[in-house]
Amino acid sequence: MTIGLMKNSLENTSRRDFLVKSAATSGALAIGFTLPGLANGAPAPDYGSEVTHWVVIQPDDTVVIRIARSELGQGSFTGLAQLVAEELQCDWSKVQPVYADVNMHIKRNRIFKSMSTGGSRSIRDSQEYIRKAGAAARQMLVAAAARDWGVPAAECRAQDSVISHASGKRTTYGKVAAAASTMEIPTDIALKSPGEWKIAGTSPARFDIPAKTNGSQIYASDVRLPGMLFASVTRSPVFGAKLNSYDESKAMAMRGVKQVVADEDWVAVVADNWWRANKALLAMPIEWDKSEHDYVSSESIMQFLRTGIDADDVPVAREDGDVGAAFANAAKVLEAEYHSGFLNHATMEPQNATALYTDDRLEVWCGTQNGETTAAAASETSGMPLENVIVHKMHAGGGFGRRVFHQDYTKQAVKIAMAMPGTPVRLQWSREEDMRQGRYRPISLVKLRGALDKDGNWTGWHVRQADQSIILTVRPSMIKDGIDPINTRCFRDNPYAVPAFLNEYALRNPHVPPGFCRAVAHTNNPFYRECFIDELAHAAGKDPYQFRRPFLQGTMDLPLLDAVAEAIGWGTPAAAGVHRGIAVVDSYGSFTAAAVELSVENGKEIDVKRVVIAIDPGHVVHPDAVKAQMEGGVIWGLSFIMNEEITIENGRVAQGNFTDYPVLKLAHTPQIETIIMPSGGFWGGVGEPPIGAVIPAIGNALFEATGERVRSMPLNKLGYSYKS
Amino acid sequence: MTSLDVNGKQVTVDVEKDMPLLWVLRDELGLTGTKYGCGVAACGACTVLIDGQPVRSCVIPASSLGGKKITTIEALSADGKTHPVQKAWVQLQVPQCGYCQSGMIMAAAALLDRNKQPTDADINAAMTNLCRCGTYARVREAIQVAARSI
Repeated sequence: MTIGLMKNSLENTSRRDFLVKSAATSGALAIGFTLPGLANGAPAPDYGSEVTHWVVIQPDDTVVIRIARSELGQGSFTGLAQLVAEELQCDWSKVQPVYADVNMHIKRNRIFKSMSTGGSRSIRDSQEYIRKAGAAARQMLVAAAARDWGVPAAECRAQDSVISHASGKRTTYGKVAAAASTMEIPTDIALKSPGEWKIAGTSPARFDIPAKTNGSQIYASDVRLPGMLFASVTRSPVFGAKLNSYDESKAMAMRGVKQVVADEDWVAVVADNWWRANKALLAMPIEWDKSEHDYVSSESIMQFLRTGIDADDVPVAREDGDVGAAFANAAKVLEAEYHSGFLNHATMEPQNATALYTDDRLEVWCGTQNGETTAAAASETSGMPLENVIVHKMHAGGGFGRRVFHQDYTKQAVKIAMAMPGTPVRLQWSREEDMRQGRYRPISLVKLRGALDKDGNWTGWHVRQADQSIILTVRPSMIKDGIDPINTRCFRDNPYAVPAFLNEYALRNPHVPPGFCRAVAHTNNPFYRECFIDELAHAAGKDPYQFRRPFLQGTMDLPLLDAVAEAIGWGTPAAAGVHRGIAVVDSYGSFTAAAVELSVENGKEIDVKRVVIAIDPGHVVHPDAVKAQMEGGVIWGLSFIMNEEITIENGRVAQGNFTDYPVLKLAHTPQIETIIMPSGGFWGGVGEPPIGAVIPAIGNALFEATGERVRSMPLNKLGYSYKS
Repeated sequence: MTSLDVNGKQVTVDVEKDMPLLWVLRDELGLTGTKYGCGVAACGACTVLIDGQPVRSCVIPASSLGGKKITTIEALSADGKTHPVQKAWVQLQVPQCGYCQSGMIMAAAALLDRNKQPTDADINAAMTNLCRCGTYARVREAIQVAARSI
């Protein structure tokens, strides 16, 4: 990254001085217009007195809280603001969250720490330093008032943006903010215990919602600038193949078309209306080079993975006890293979970015999960120094990991804009492009073996994984001794206290580009693990819930398993024709479990009646947002196991739209019962954890209902469907 | 030239006969509340009302809509917040990323316009819009809340 080069150009500039400068040089105002709709439901302008770099207070007492992470609908604008406001002890009705400026972040030596919005980390990674920022700001505001009044700060009280003293003196944050902003930021700060919280731990209305109910929320897709043109792009359908030739004559003659821009593996058409740009692109003859991957298929990739399953020797991720002896002494040995294919994020807002390039400046408007990564990608693509790159973060129409690392759409938008200096160009991918140029949840094949003794006790297991590593493509240094630390999650770090356990990992990367997709390895590994444990339980003649419990004693997983078992009524008879399944998974620092009830009609029509999902994320900042993430996670789990698969034919993606990549619909939404049981003492994630346990719970209930053990996803390939 | 009645205003646009309404709204008229999701009427993000009926604007040519009343999310209520569906959406905190919600809300408004007391089965049949964040449980509940308030 070029970020490291951007050392402290303004480190010695005073905060107030910086504000004046940044107001003059950054943001859309500098080029003489405002974005439509921003007045409605949009954050306050970032002006006022910067008390700390996270808290800006305006004279009318408005508290602007800068949010470094992205709002993807998970509620970060509200939850992160709650944590700051809790310690600031300000009037919540005066709070206005605003994106922390990416350019300011870079120029001030990465003052907002991480801007990454992935790995379910927005709250858990930043909670401590943003709470401290709120507390520091409160101390400074109180100190400013105390100094003004000539009384000890310790005698002053701060609550709801009002500072008061026993003498009857009274002022507000807005009146003392300018004085406070000149003070040193204290570093010795005590934080409240969560038991003292009044704002955090409650569910105020989310800031981002009203504008999302009346069309006024401006997504990156909705950016409209004076003179702006629209572009549609197509990249080589066989990943990695180069552009051979194209004939732009017909496209250039079509109405509204302004320019054709090509790069080594893509072609874009720029027009005065996106539909015209896309129509011309579709009409353009384009030839791609032949590639060594032209004959790759999902089947050939699966055969490639099988070489990892069949190999004599593969890297060991974890080994406990004597696995050889456990299997040699077993009364019963179970062996099974599980697999699943590629998945696409399929965000409802297809990838897009707007760029405006001039001689000395590059502006990008983008829905991104990391504004800093977007800025770095724009800088590297254009050669524009990072300090001259302005990224306008827009709320994203879904992220799920697609908008973190790759920024392929940003790079394309920048290149197109560079071909048309001074003209803003908004690149919009078609849905088909979005489906075929994904960064896919990897394909995987896993062989599991389990050993049971004569009493049906689980004495050993052996898991060999063969799959595609994402981290190899983005941070290869994280691969140690051939082990992908992310793809081995759920096995390598499993909580079951089985005496002998061997986890082997065979890295097998095909040419299809992989990416982090919401819950990542916890979209598939829990299915393999928890369904196989269910197989072991049945082989042992034991109840699947009771079979698991002895191996989870003393873990933080067990209370979750118990909670969903109780809620679903495990151990009591289900209604006639209704069958249950259960599973437990920990991920992203949180503990979850799921139990489901379903029935099966006509042999293959699944009617999911209830899903009980429980989570222990340690602390909860916004309970209703956590509940919403759990509800959404259940939908993802149900959609993944039944509907979704990206397949490869002739080196390219076979699917192109929601017609052949069907995602779950409302009609298939079961009754969802959420259990939030924070135990305190740690901070876990929430966005991804709810998905993992749902998928195996469905698989396990399906076995109870049909006697058929499903060992691959999606189930529609096995003839199943959800009952309509 | 095509004359259209959009949100109670007469507008004239000079577009090709086959340009879908979605792109007239978004790229010619600047009404960006209606979203592009798929272009093949599969996701519903582009849902608008035409003479009160929910229509996926990404596949219907604007040129076919002369004399019809087109209503977009921007005009569902005069102030952007008082339609019963909008109120229920805020009350139940339905949206997550929100990108599908313009279309979802227009489809829900159309459903309630023709069916004041929809059953779950009615909602299942009418609400075929896709939401990737998975807000469906709240969409269903919010429609019931809105129905009770009408």
